[in-house]
Amino acid sequence: MSRITEDQVKYVAHLARLSFDEEEIKTFTTQLDDIIGFAEQLNELDTEGIEPTTHVLDMYNVMRDDVVEPSLPREEALKNAPDQEDGQFKVPLIMEAD
Amino acid sequence: MPLFEEGLVHLKEKIHNKEIKASDLIDEAYARINEVDGKVKAFLTLNEEKAREDARLIDESGRAEDTLLFGMPIGIKDNLVTKNLRTTCASHILENFDPLYDATVIDKVRTQKGIIIGKLNMDEFAMGSSTENSGFAATKNPWDLERVPGGSSGGSAAAVAAGEVLFALGSDTGGSIRQPSAFCGVVGMKPTYGRVSRYGLVAFASSLDQVGPITRSVADNAYLLEAIAGVDRYDSTSADVAVPHYSKALTGEIKGLRVAVPKEYLGEGIDESVKDRIKAALRQLENLGAVCEEVSLPHSKYALPAYYIIASSEASANLARFDGVRYGVRADSKDLIEMYKKSRSEGFGDEVKRRIMLGTFALSSGYYDAYYKKAQKVRTLIKRDFEKVLENHDIIVGPTTPTPAFKIGEKLDDPLTMYANDLLTIPVNLAGVPAISLPCGLANGLPVGLQMIARPFGEETLYRAAYAYEQAARFHLTPAIKGASEK
Repeated sequence: MSRITEDQVKYVAHLARLSFDEEEIKTFTTQLDDIIGFAEQLNELDTEGIEPTTHVLDMYNVMRDDVVEPSLPREEALKNAPDQEDGQFKVPLIMEAD
Repeated sequence: MPLFEEGLVHLKEKIHNKEIKASDLIDEAYARINEVDGKVKAFLTLNEEKAREDARLIDESGRAEDTLLFGMPIGIKDNLVTKNLRTTCASHILENFDPLYDATVIDKVRTQKGIIIGKLNMDEFAMGSSTENSGFAATKNPWDLERVPGGSSGGSAAAVAAGEVLFALGSDTGGSIRQPSAFCGVVGMKPTYGRVSRYGLVAFASSLDQVGPITRSVADNAYLLEAIAGVDRYDSTSADVAVPHYSKALTGEIKGLRVAVPKEYLGEGIDESVKDRIKAALRQLENLGAVCEEVSLPHSKYALPAYYIIASSEASANLARFDGVRYGVRADSKDLIEMYKKSRSEGFGDEVKRRIMLGTFALSSGYYDAYYKKAQKVRTLIKRDFEKVLENHDIIVGPTTPTPAFKIGEKLDDPLTMYANDLLTIPVNLAGVPAISLPCGLANGLPVGLQMIARPFGEETLYRAAYAYEQAARFHLTPAIKGASEK
């Protein structure tokens, strides 16, 4: 029985900001289903009361003094930008104008 | 004999005594690249002009500085950002990316007067075990050009094995330094999580990624790790633990060393030829005075599924930054959402998309607890397995990979078969402990890697054990790859 449907794959693709044609959706559905099925063997283990490990070392906040330090010049920061205008990153239309 | 075979200590001595110049080493690197890289395809970008200039400055200064990497030619995996030297992560989405700063490890290499020869091929964004997932070219194994060099640091391992550089930096999220080192017959170290700064390492899975050295010998490895390790104000996950002089651990003395041999690492799914080599290596360690004992890491088989959930989840978040706005390739589109989707779909390869999809799924509403949180709990069990065994043992020893290098194309169609190749390296990343892979002979003409694992910050113990074994076993493996003219 498949665990993942093509509709789910389309939904996840949208969340991940990826687009696929119908052929690719089919392939990804099969492959993701296989991988998720493989991952389900984790359910063989009883993990009741086990703390999740997010990081192997003890993590703590690292602070520094709140002092202004030199930062990147604007032209440097923009040097890899696909598009720019007036010293800013430029993107296509975000929403329709009224 | 090629100069690189002499190793860092002798080469530095020769420069100091003016027997050779730094430029001679750079000449050797580029001559060898010209000779073999058309076949091996280890490099994505060369830094020749700047490297020759660096060597010339060293030679002209006439000063023999006592920096760790003085004049030594090094290759860099292409997911470490290098200022003004193209950095692609072997992805089309970054094919023109010109970094604004140096990664901390690159800064350290430059401070120690290492000379950067170029940027090395890899699986796209370090996702893969064969370097076939590179967006630009598949690197070949110098031992057999029909086989993969391993991955994801396949370019780094192949370049070292083929004698194109003295050594290289790689990164290891689930085995990406150790597995290619095993396949190419070189020495690769995955340091303790936090031992080396990740600042400027393009993030794949932030709780697992670690930068480390790939070298021809254990001694060179120790020197290179010493050069790049240490706490860093730009990486809050780097550990504030003093960096030892690792070379002092190279004594050859391991009498009484307590070696754990997990039965899971010599069981089902491990090639007989690999088992034979590992058993011979264990006998060698015993001859040197080590005490070997069989142990169990009972949760080993769950490491692979837990890893693919955790690493893909972290990757799906980390790779959200590639959106075509501030850098990278942008596809023409009429609105913003379409621009994101088209740029990412055209820029990323299939394996990267697969992992982003898996991670996004595992983190999505309604599935988070069932997959991501479950995998993190299993991670705790795996970590405890290691803690328990390492309470009473100094190192854990087993193979690095289940088989020697496989053929190009052999595992491309089935992601799960490809993933299974990382069975023995992945648990180490989940536990955050250090591990080294070093050659322990050949099986059917292909190198086999011996993996040694230690407690957190136990790199000295690994170097001590690995050096003792290396000196006793005397496998100095050099592939027979020749240039086109010599064929």
